[in-house]
Amino acid sequence: MSILEIIVISLIKILLVVIVMLTTVAYLVYFERKISAWAQNRIGPNRVGFHGLLQPFADVFKLLLKEDIVPDAANRPLHTLAPFIALFVSFATYAVIPFGPSVNIFGYDIKLVVADVNIGILYVLALTSLGVYGITFAGWSSGSKYSLLGGVRSSAQMISYEVSMGFSIAGVLLLSESLRPIDIVNAQHGWMWNAIVQPIGFITFVVSAFAETNRLPFDLPEAEPELVGGYHTEYSSFKFAGFFLAEYANMIIASCLIVTLYLGGWQNPLVDISGLTGTVATLLYVASFLFKVAFMLFFFIWVRWSIPRFRYDQLMNLGWKVMFPLALVNIIWVAALIMIFNL
Amino acid sequence: MLTDFGKILIFIILAIVFVIITLLISKLIRPNRPTFEKQKVYECGENPEGSPWVKFNIRFYVVALIFIIFDVEVVLLFPWALIYKEYGIYGFAVGLIFLLILGLGMAYEWRKGDLEWARPQPKPPKLSDILNRNSETLNSN
Repeated sequence: MSILEIIVISLIKILLVVIVMLTTVAYLVYFERKISAWAQNRIGPNRVGFHGLLQPFADVFKLLLKEDIVPDAANRPLHTLAPFIALFVSFATYAVIPFGPSVNIFGYDIKLVVADVNIGILYVLALTSLGVYGITFAGWSSGSKYSLLGGVRSSAQMISYEVSMGFSIAGVLLLSESLRPIDIVNAQHGWMWNAIVQPIGFITFVVSAFAETNRLPFDLPEAEPELVGGYHTEYSSFKFAGFFLAEYANMIIASCLIVTLYLGGWQNPLVDISGLTGTVATLLYVASFLFKVAFMLFFFIWVRWSIPRFRYDQLMNLGWKVMFPLALVNIIWVAALIMIFNL
Repeated sequence: MLTDFGKILIFIILAIVFVIITLLISKLIRPNRPTFEKQKVYECGENPEGSPWVKFNIRFYVVALIFIIFDVEVVLLFPWALIYKEYGIYGFAVGLIFLLILGLGMAYEWRKGDLEWARPQPKPPKLSDILNRNSETLNSN
Protein backbone atom coordinates (compact mmCIF):
# COMPACT_ATOMS: atom_id res chain seq x y z
CA MET A 1 0.00 0.00 0.00
CA SER A 2 1.25 3.44 -0.81
CA ILE A 3 1.44 6.16 1.82
CA LEU A 4 -1.47 8.04 0.26
CA GLU A 5 -3.72 4.96 0.46
CA ILE A 6 -2.80 4.39 4.09
CA ILE A 7 -3.55 8.00 4.97
CA VAL A 8 -6.89 7.95 3.14
CA ILE A 9 -7.93 4.66 4.78
CA SER A 10 -6.90 5.96 8.20
CA LEU A 11 -8.83 9.18 7.72
CA ILE A 12 -11.94 7.27 6.63
CA LYS A 13 -11.67 5.04 9.70
CA ILE A 14 -11.18 8.03 12.01
CA LEU A 15 -14.14 9.89 10.54
CA LEU A 16 -16.31 6.78 10.74
CA VAL A 17 -15.42 6.22 14.40
CA VAL A 18 -16.01 9.88 15.28
CA ILE A 19 -19.39 10.01 13.52
CA VAL A 20 -20.59 6.72 15.01
CA MET A 21 -19.40 7.83 18.45
CA LEU A 22 -21.15 11.20 18.30
CA THR A 23 -24.47 9.75 17.16
CA THR A 24 -24.19 7.02 19.80
CA VAL A 25 -23.58 9.62 22.49
CA ALA A 26 -26.58 11.66 21.32
CA TYR A 27 -28.87 8.65 21.20
CA LEU A 28 -27.55 7.23 24.44
CA VAL A 29 -28.91 10.32 26.19
CA TYR A 30 -32.25 9.69 24.47
CA PHE A 31 -32.28 6.03 25.49
CA GLU A 32 -31.30 6.89 29.04
CA ARG A 33 -34.36 9.14 29.26
CA LYS A 34 -36.60 6.55 27.61
CA ILE A 35 -35.41 3.68 29.80
CA SER A 36 -35.69 5.80 32.93
CA ALA A 37 -39.23 6.63 31.84
CA TRP A 38 -40.07 2.93 31.44
CA ALA A 39 -38.48 2.15 34.79
CA GLN A 40 -40.62 4.79 36.46
CA ASN A 41 -43.80 4.12 34.50
CA ARG A 42 -43.68 7.42 32.59
CA ILE A 43 -43.76 8.10 28.84
CA GLY A 44 -40.48 9.96 28.42
CA PRO A 45 -39.61 12.33 25.55
CA ASN A 46 -42.17 11.85 22.77
CA ARG A 47 -42.82 15.26 21.22
CA VAL A 48 -39.82 16.08 19.01
CA GLY A 49 -40.05 13.82 15.99
CA PHE A 50 -41.40 10.26 15.85
CA HIS A 51 -41.47 8.97 19.46
CA GLY A 52 -39.09 11.81 20.36
CA LEU A 53 -36.30 10.53 18.12
CA LEU A 54 -35.13 14.06 17.28
CA GLN A 55 -34.87 15.00 20.98
CA PRO A 56 -31.03 14.82 21.09
CA PHE A 57 -30.74 17.47 18.35
CA ALA A 58 -33.25 19.70 20.10
CA ASP A 59 -31.18 19.38 23.29
CA VAL A 60 -27.95 20.26 21.49
CA PHE A 61 -29.46 23.38 19.92
CA LYS A 62 -30.97 24.43 23.22
CA LEU A 63 -27.59 24.17 24.92
CA LEU A 64 -25.86 25.99 22.03
CA LEU A 65 -28.25 28.93 22.34
CA LYS A 66 -28.09 29.24 26.13
CA GLU A 67 -26.20 32.10 27.74
CA ASP A 68 -22.89 31.08 29.31
CA ILE A 69 -22.87 32.33 32.89
CA VAL A 70 -19.48 32.36 34.60
CA PRO A 71 -19.47 33.59 38.20
CA ASP A 72 -17.20 36.52 39.06
CA ALA A 73 -15.42 34.44 41.69
CA ALA A 74 -14.38 31.85 39.12
CA ASN A 75 -10.93 31.39 37.65
CA ARG A 76 -11.86 31.91 33.99
CA PRO A 77 -9.07 30.09 32.09
CA LEU A 78 -9.34 26.95 34.22
CA HIS A 79 -13.12 27.18 34.15
CA THR A 80 -13.00 26.96 30.35
CA LEU A 81 -10.22 24.39 30.29
CA ALA A 82 -12.05 21.88 32.50
CA PRO A 83 -14.85 20.79 30.10
CA PHE A 84 -12.27 20.88 27.32
CA ILE A 85 -10.14 18.29 29.12
CA ALA A 86 -13.16 16.15 30.00
CA LEU A 87 -14.40 16.04 26.39
CA PHE A 88 -10.96 15.58 24.84
CA VAL A 89 -10.05 12.71 27.13
CA SER A 90 -13.24 10.80 26.51
CA PHE A 91 -12.99 11.24 22.73
CA ALA A 92 -9.30 10.45 22.30
CA THR A 93 -9.68 7.05 24.00
CA TYR A 94 -11.71 5.64 21.11
CA ALA A 95 -8.62 5.39 18.89
CA VAL A 96 -7.49 2.01 20.24
CA ILE A 97 -10.75 0.07 20.60
CA PRO A 98 -10.92 -2.80 18.05
CA PHE A 99 -14.45 -3.37 16.81
CA GLY A 100 -13.89 -6.29 14.47
CA PRO A 101 -11.32 -8.60 12.87
CA SER A 102 -9.45 -7.65 9.70
CA VAL A 103 -11.68 -7.09 6.72
CA ASN A 104 -10.87 -7.26 3.00
CA ILE A 105 -12.39 -4.39 1.01
CA PHE A 106 -11.37 -3.67 -2.62
CA GLY A 107 -8.24 -5.74 -2.19
CA TYR A 108 -7.08 -3.85 0.89
CA ASP A 109 -6.60 -5.71 4.14
CA ILE A 110 -8.01 -3.33 6.73
CA LYS A 111 -7.91 -3.72 10.50
CA LEU A 112 -11.12 -2.54 12.10
CA VAL A 113 -9.37 -0.35 14.66
CA VAL A 114 -8.19 3.23 14.24
CA ALA A 115 -4.72 2.66 15.67
CA ASP A 116 -3.35 -0.81 16.40
CA VAL A 117 -0.68 0.18 18.94
CA ASN A 118 1.20 -2.29 21.09
CA ILE A 119 0.49 -0.30 24.29
CA GLY A 120 -3.23 0.23 23.70
CA ILE A 121 -4.32 -0.60 27.24
CA LEU A 122 -1.68 1.68 28.78
CA TYR A 123 -2.89 4.46 26.49
CA VAL A 124 -6.45 4.00 27.71
CA LEU A 125 -5.35 3.91 31.36
CA ALA A 126 -3.23 7.05 30.93
CA LEU A 127 -6.04 9.01 29.29
CA THR A 128 -8.69 7.95 31.78
CA SER A 129 -6.36 9.08 34.58
CA LEU A 130 -6.17 12.49 32.89
CA GLY A 131 -9.94 12.66 33.15
CA VAL A 132 -9.56 13.32 36.88
CA TYR A 133 -8.03 16.71 36.07
CA GLY A 134 -11.10 17.87 34.16
CA ILE A 135 -13.33 17.31 37.16
CA THR A 136 -10.84 18.62 39.72
CA PHE A 137 -10.23 21.82 37.73
CA ALA A 138 -13.96 22.29 37.29
CA GLY A 139 -14.51 21.93 41.01
CA TRP A 140 -11.65 24.20 42.06
CA SER A 141 -12.04 26.94 39.46
CA SER A 142 -15.76 27.55 39.87
CA GLY A 143 -15.30 29.51 43.08
CA SER A 144 -18.24 27.73 44.68
CA LYS A 145 -18.22 25.61 47.82
CA TYR A 146 -20.43 22.94 46.30
CA SER A 147 -18.18 22.65 43.28
CA LEU A 148 -15.05 22.43 45.40
CA LEU A 149 -16.49 19.67 47.60
CA GLY A 150 -17.77 17.83 44.54
CA GLY A 151 -14.41 18.08 42.80
CA VAL A 152 -12.42 16.90 45.82
CA ARG A 153 -14.75 13.99 46.44
CA SER A 154 -14.65 13.05 42.82
CA SER A 155 -10.89 13.01 42.54
CA ALA A 156 -10.61 10.87 45.69
CA GLN A 157 -13.24 8.49 44.35
CA MET A 158 -11.67 8.18 40.91
CA ILE A 159 -8.14 7.56 42.15
CA SER A 160 -9.39 5.01 44.70
CA TYR A 161 -11.10 2.92 42.08
CA GLU A 162 -8.32 3.38 39.55
CA VAL A 163 -6.10 1.16 41.71
CA SER A 164 -8.50 -1.79 41.67
CA MET A 165 -9.07 -1.16 37.95
CA GLY A 166 -5.33 -1.46 37.28
CA PHE A 167 -5.06 -4.65 39.33
CA SER A 168 -8.02 -6.23 37.53
CA ILE A 169 -6.43 -5.42 34.17
CA ALA A 170 -3.20 -7.12 35.33
CA GLY A 171 -5.24 -10.34 35.54
CA VAL A 172 -6.24 -9.95 31.89
CA LEU A 173 -2.64 -9.28 30.86
CA LEU A 174 -1.52 -12.51 32.54
CA LEU A 175 -3.59 -14.47 30.03
CA SER A 176 -3.04 -12.36 26.93
CA GLU A 177 0.67 -11.57 27.43
CA SER A 178 0.19 -8.37 25.47
CA LEU A 179 -1.05 -4.81 25.92
CA ARG A 180 -2.37 -4.74 22.35
CA PRO A 181 -6.20 -4.76 22.43
CA ILE A 182 -6.42 -7.02 19.35
CA ASP A 183 -4.16 -9.62 21.02
CA ILE A 184 -6.29 -9.45 24.15
CA VAL A 185 -9.40 -10.18 22.07
CA ASN A 186 -7.67 -13.00 20.21
CA ALA A 187 -6.56 -14.56 23.51
CA GLN A 188 -10.25 -14.98 24.41
CA HIS A 189 -11.00 -17.26 21.47
CA GLY A 190 -14.03 -19.52 21.73
CA TRP A 191 -15.60 -19.48 25.18
CA MET A 192 -12.34 -18.50 26.89
CA TRP A 193 -13.83 -15.13 27.73
CA ASN A 194 -12.11 -13.45 30.64
CA ALA A 195 -15.49 -12.92 32.30
CA ILE A 196 -15.79 -16.71 32.55
CA VAL A 197 -12.14 -17.48 33.36
CA GLN A 198 -11.77 -14.75 36.00
CA PRO A 199 -15.22 -13.77 37.26
CA ILE A 200 -13.79 -11.92 40.29
CA GLY A 201 -11.70 -9.65 38.08
CA PHE A 202 -14.73 -9.06 35.87
CA ILE A 203 -16.79 -7.90 38.84
CA THR A 204 -14.06 -5.63 40.22
CA PHE A 205 -13.46 -4.12 36.79
CA VAL A 206 -17.15 -3.45 36.15
CA VAL A 207 -17.58 -1.84 39.58
CA SER A 208 -14.46 0.28 39.05
CA ALA A 209 -15.73 1.29 35.62
CA PHE A 210 -18.97 2.47 37.21
CA ALA A 211 -17.00 4.50 39.73
CA GLU A 212 -14.63 5.92 37.10
CA THR A 213 -17.49 7.14 34.94
CA ASN A 214 -19.23 8.68 37.98
CA ARG A 215 -22.43 6.82 37.28
CA LEU A 216 -24.95 5.89 39.93
CA PRO A 217 -24.55 4.23 42.41
CA PHE A 218 -21.19 6.07 42.48
CA ASP A 219 -22.29 9.56 41.38
CA LEU A 220 -21.18 11.15 44.68
CA PRO A 221 -19.40 14.05 42.90
CA GLU A 222 -22.72 15.41 41.70
CA ALA A 223 -25.00 14.13 44.44
CA GLU A 224 -27.97 16.42 43.87
CA PRO A 225 -29.55 16.37 47.34
CA GLU A 226 -26.36 17.49 49.13
CA LEU A 227 -24.11 19.23 46.58
CA VAL A 228 -26.67 20.76 44.14
CA GLY A 229 -24.76 19.70 41.02
CA GLY A 230 -21.30 18.97 42.41
CA TYR A 231 -18.45 20.05 40.18
CA HIS A 232 -20.70 21.39 37.42
CA THR A 233 -22.92 23.55 39.62
CA GLU A 234 -21.54 26.74 38.02
CA TYR A 235 -21.54 25.49 34.44
CA SER A 236 -24.11 26.40 31.85
CA SER A 237 -24.52 26.48 28.09
CA PHE A 238 -22.13 24.43 26.01
CA LYS A 239 -19.57 24.03 28.76
CA PHE A 240 -22.18 22.10 30.70
CA ALA A 241 -22.95 20.16 27.55
CA GLY A 242 -19.25 19.30 27.41
CA PHE A 243 -19.41 17.56 30.79
CA PHE A 244 -22.69 15.95 29.87
CA LEU A 245 -21.36 14.58 26.58
CA ALA A 246 -18.14 13.49 28.27
CA GLU A 247 -20.09 11.46 30.83
CA TYR A 248 -21.93 9.56 28.13
CA ALA A 249 -18.84 9.18 25.95
CA ASN A 250 -17.07 7.77 29.01
CA MET A 251 -19.92 5.33 29.50
CA ILE A 252 -19.49 4.07 25.94
CA ILE A 253 -15.73 3.79 26.29
CA ALA A 254 -16.18 1.90 29.57
CA SER A 255 -18.59 -0.51 27.88
CA CYS A 256 -16.20 -0.98 24.96
CA LEU A 257 -13.38 -1.71 27.42
CA ILE A 258 -15.44 -4.19 29.41
CA VAL A 259 -16.37 -5.98 26.19
CA THR A 260 -12.81 -5.94 24.84
CA LEU A 261 -11.13 -7.05 28.05
CA TYR A 262 -13.68 -9.45 29.51
CA LEU A 263 -16.46 -10.35 27.10
CA GLY A 264 -14.34 -11.50 24.19
CA GLY A 265 -14.49 -8.34 22.06
CA TRP A 266 -15.90 -9.19 18.65
CA GLN A 267 -15.52 -12.96 19.25
CA ASN A 268 -18.68 -14.97 18.86
CA PRO A 269 -18.38 -18.77 19.24
CA LEU A 270 -21.68 -19.30 17.41
CA VAL A 271 -20.24 -17.71 14.27
CA ASP A 272 -17.12 -19.88 14.62
CA ILE A 273 -19.27 -23.03 14.76
CA SER A 274 -21.46 -22.01 11.81
CA GLY A 275 -18.42 -22.16 9.54
CA LEU A 276 -19.16 -18.85 7.83
CA THR A 277 -16.16 -17.03 6.36
CA GLY A 278 -15.42 -13.83 4.49
CA THR A 279 -17.41 -10.63 4.66
CA VAL A 280 -20.55 -12.19 6.18
CA ALA A 281 -18.59 -13.56 9.12
CA THR A 282 -16.82 -10.22 9.60
CA LEU A 283 -20.15 -8.40 9.64
CA LEU A 284 -21.49 -10.89 12.18
CA TYR A 285 -18.39 -10.37 14.36
CA VAL A 286 -18.81 -6.58 14.24
CA ALA A 287 -22.52 -7.00 14.99
CA SER A 288 -21.77 -9.18 18.03
CA PHE A 289 -19.30 -6.55 19.28
CA LEU A 290 -21.92 -3.82 18.90
CA PHE A 291 -24.55 -6.02 20.54
CA LYS A 292 -22.32 -6.66 23.57
CA VAL A 293 -21.54 -2.94 23.88
CA ALA A 294 -25.23 -2.09 23.60
CA PHE A 295 -26.02 -4.62 26.32
CA MET A 296 -23.37 -3.13 28.62
CA LEU A 297 -24.76 0.35 27.98
CA PHE A 298 -28.23 -0.88 28.84
CA PHE A 299 -26.75 -2.43 31.98
CA PHE A 300 -25.24 0.94 32.95
CA ILE A 301 -28.62 2.65 32.58
CA TRP A 302 -30.49 -0.22 34.21
CA VAL A 303 -28.27 -0.06 37.31
CA ARG A 304 -28.61 3.72 37.49
CA TRP A 305 -32.39 3.53 37.74
CA SER A 306 -32.47 0.53 40.08
CA ILE A 307 -29.90 1.13 42.82
CA PRO A 308 -29.73 4.09 45.25
CA ARG A 309 -26.57 6.14 45.79
CA PHE A 310 -23.89 5.08 48.28
CA ARG A 311 -22.90 7.18 51.28
CA TYR A 312 -19.36 8.50 50.95
CA ASP A 313 -17.80 6.29 53.64
CA GLN A 314 -19.52 3.25 52.13
CA LEU A 315 -18.07 4.17 48.77
CA MET A 316 -14.51 4.45 50.07
CA ASN A 317 -14.89 1.26 52.12
CA LEU A 318 -16.13 -0.61 49.07
CA GLY A 319 -13.24 0.69 47.00
CA TRP A 320 -10.38 0.01 49.39
CA LYS A 321 -11.62 -2.82 51.61
CA VAL A 322 -13.62 -4.92 49.16
CA MET A 323 -12.65 -4.22 45.55
CA PHE A 324 -8.92 -3.85 46.12
CA PRO A 325 -8.39 -7.16 48.05
CA LEU A 326 -10.68 -8.91 45.55
CA ALA A 327 -8.55 -7.64 42.66
CA LEU A 328 -5.44 -9.02 44.42
CA VAL A 329 -7.16 -12.38 44.93
CA ASN A 330 -8.06 -12.34 41.25
CA ILE A 331 -4.43 -11.94 40.16
CA ILE A 332 -3.37 -14.92 42.32
CA TRP A 333 -6.34 -16.92 40.99
CA VAL A 334 -5.39 -16.30 37.36
CA ALA A 335 -1.70 -16.98 38.01
CA ALA A 336 -2.62 -20.27 39.71
CA LEU A 337 -4.95 -21.20 36.84
CA ILE A 338 -2.14 -20.68 34.34
CA MET A 339 0.17 -22.78 36.54
CA ILE A 340 -2.30 -25.65 36.92
CA PHE A 341 -3.89 -25.87 33.46
CA ASN A 342 -0.95 -24.49 31.49
CA LEU A 343 -3.32 -22.15 29.60
CA MET B 1 5.06 6.33 6.55
CA LEU B 2 2.18 6.81 8.93
CA THR B 3 2.69 4.70 12.04
CA ASP B 4 -0.10 3.72 14.39
CA PHE B 5 1.03 6.38 16.82
CA GLY B 6 0.67 8.86 13.95
CA LYS B 7 -2.94 7.77 13.60
CA ILE B 8 -3.45 8.34 17.32
CA LEU B 9 -1.95 11.81 16.89
CA ILE B 10 -4.40 12.57 14.06
CA PHE B 11 -7.22 11.31 16.25
CA ILE B 12 -6.11 13.48 19.18
CA ILE B 13 -5.78 16.56 16.94
CA LEU B 14 -9.24 15.85 15.54
CA ALA B 15 -10.64 15.58 19.07
CA ILE B 16 -9.05 18.91 20.07
CA VAL B 17 -10.29 20.64 16.90
CA PHE B 18 -13.78 19.26 17.43
CA VAL B 19 -13.94 20.56 20.99
CA ILE B 20 -12.55 23.99 20.05
CA ILE B 21 -14.98 24.34 17.13
CA THR B 22 -18.03 23.47 19.20
CA LEU B 23 -16.98 25.87 21.97
CA LEU B 24 -16.38 28.63 19.38
CA ILE B 25 -19.71 28.07 17.61
CA SER B 26 -21.58 28.26 20.89
CA LYS B 27 -19.64 31.43 21.76
CA LEU B 28 -20.67 33.04 18.46
CA ILE B 29 -24.39 32.32 18.54
CA ARG B 30 -25.33 32.47 22.21
CA PRO B 31 -26.52 35.67 23.89
CA ASN B 32 -24.25 37.40 26.39
CA ARG B 33 -26.07 39.64 28.88
CA PRO B 34 -24.28 39.38 32.19
CA THR B 35 -25.78 41.04 35.24
CA PHE B 36 -24.49 41.36 38.79
CA GLU B 37 -27.05 38.95 40.22
CA LYS B 38 -26.44 36.36 37.53
CA GLN B 39 -22.73 36.25 38.09
CA LYS B 40 -22.92 35.54 41.77
CA VAL B 41 -21.95 32.08 42.91
CA TYR B 42 -24.98 29.85 43.32
CA GLU B 43 -25.65 28.98 46.93
CA CYS B 44 -29.34 28.11 46.97
CA GLY B 45 -30.42 31.76 47.00
CA GLU B 46 -28.24 32.85 49.93
CA ASN B 47 -25.44 35.37 49.50
CA PRO B 48 -22.17 33.41 49.56
CA GLU B 49 -20.26 33.84 52.83
CA GLY B 50 -16.47 33.77 53.08
CA SER B 51 -13.96 32.21 50.73
CA PRO B 52 -15.30 29.57 48.37
CA TRP B 53 -12.09 27.56 48.86
CA VAL B 54 -13.15 26.03 52.15
CA LYS B 55 -11.02 23.66 54.21
CA PHE B 56 -11.70 20.05 53.46
CA ASN B 57 -10.98 16.83 55.27
CA ILE B 58 -7.31 15.82 55.53
CA ARG B 59 -8.35 12.24 54.71
CA PHE B 60 -8.59 13.12 51.03
CA TYR B 61 -4.87 13.81 51.17
CA VAL B 62 -4.16 10.47 52.86
CA VAL B 63 -6.17 8.69 50.20
CA ALA B 64 -4.12 10.40 47.49
CA LEU B 65 -0.91 9.24 49.19
CA ILE B 66 -2.12 5.64 49.44
CA PHE B 67 -3.18 5.83 45.80
CA ILE B 68 0.29 6.85 44.65
CA ILE B 69 1.90 3.91 46.49
CA PHE B 70 -0.47 1.33 45.04
CA ASP B 71 -0.55 2.82 41.56
CA VAL B 72 3.23 2.55 41.35
CA GLU B 73 2.83 -1.09 42.37
CA VAL B 74 0.36 -1.58 39.51
CA VAL B 75 3.01 -0.21 37.16
CA LEU B 76 5.52 -2.71 38.55
CA LEU B 77 3.00 -5.53 38.22
CA PHE B 78 2.25 -4.99 34.50
CA PRO B 79 5.66 -6.11 33.14
CA TRP B 80 5.55 -9.16 35.41
CA ALA B 81 2.08 -10.06 34.07
CA LEU B 82 3.24 -9.71 30.46
CA ILE B 83 6.12 -12.22 30.71
CA TYR B 84 4.65 -14.43 33.44
CA LYS B 85 4.14 -17.52 31.24
CA GLU B 86 7.80 -17.68 30.24
CA TYR B 87 9.05 -18.11 33.80
CA GLY B 88 6.85 -20.93 35.08
CA ILE B 89 6.85 -21.72 38.80
CA TYR B 90 9.69 -19.26 39.41
CA GLY B 91 7.59 -16.37 38.06
CA PHE B 92 4.66 -17.54 40.15
CA ALA B 93 6.75 -17.50 43.33
CA VAL B 94 8.16 -14.05 42.59
CA GLY B 95 4.69 -12.67 41.87
CA LEU B 96 3.31 -14.25 45.02
CA ILE B 97 6.06 -12.67 47.16
CA PHE B 98 5.45 -9.28 45.55
CA LEU B 99 1.70 -9.52 46.12
CA LEU B 100 2.33 -10.65 49.69
CA ILE B 101 4.43 -7.56 50.44
CA LEU B 102 1.75 -5.45 48.77
CA GLY B 103 -0.91 -7.15 50.86
CA LEU B 104 1.15 -6.53 54.00
CA GLY B 105 1.29 -2.82 53.18
CA MET B 106 -2.44 -2.88 52.65
CA ALA B 107 -3.00 -4.67 55.98
CA TYR B 108 -0.80 -2.08 57.75
CA GLU B 109 -2.82 0.77 56.20
CA TRP B 110 -6.02 -0.96 57.25
CA ARG B 111 -4.86 -1.66 60.84
CA LYS B 112 -3.64 1.92 61.25
CA GLY B 113 -7.15 3.11 60.35
CA ASP B 114 -6.09 5.14 57.31
CA LEU B 115 -8.85 3.53 55.30
CA GLU B 116 -11.52 4.46 57.83
CA TRP B 117 -13.79 7.28 56.83
CA ALA B 118 -15.70 9.38 59.35
CA ARG B 119 -19.03 7.66 59.41
CA PRO B 120 -22.24 8.84 60.99
CA GLN B 121 -22.83 7.19 64.35
CA PRO B 122 -26.47 7.65 65.15
CA LYS B 123 -27.43 6.91 68.77
CA PRO B 124 -30.66 4.99 68.90
CA PRO B 125 -32.90 6.48 71.59
CA LYS B 126 -33.22 4.39 74.73
CA LEU B 127 -36.54 3.87 76.45
CA SER B 128 -35.12 4.79 79.86
CA ASP B 129 -33.83 8.17 78.55
CA ILE B 130 -37.21 9.04 77.12
CA LEU B 131 -38.96 8.05 80.35
CA ASN B 132 -36.50 10.09 82.45
CA ARG B 133 -36.91 13.14 80.21
CA ASN B 134 -40.67 12.85 80.39
CA SER B 135 -40.63 12.54 84.17
CA GLU B 136 -38.32 15.58 84.39
CA THR B 137 -40.64 17.70 82.30
CA LEU B 138 -43.56 16.50 84.35
CA ASN B 139 -41.71 17.39 87.57
CA SER B 140 -40.70 20.84 86.31
CA ASN B 141 -44.28 21.54 85.38
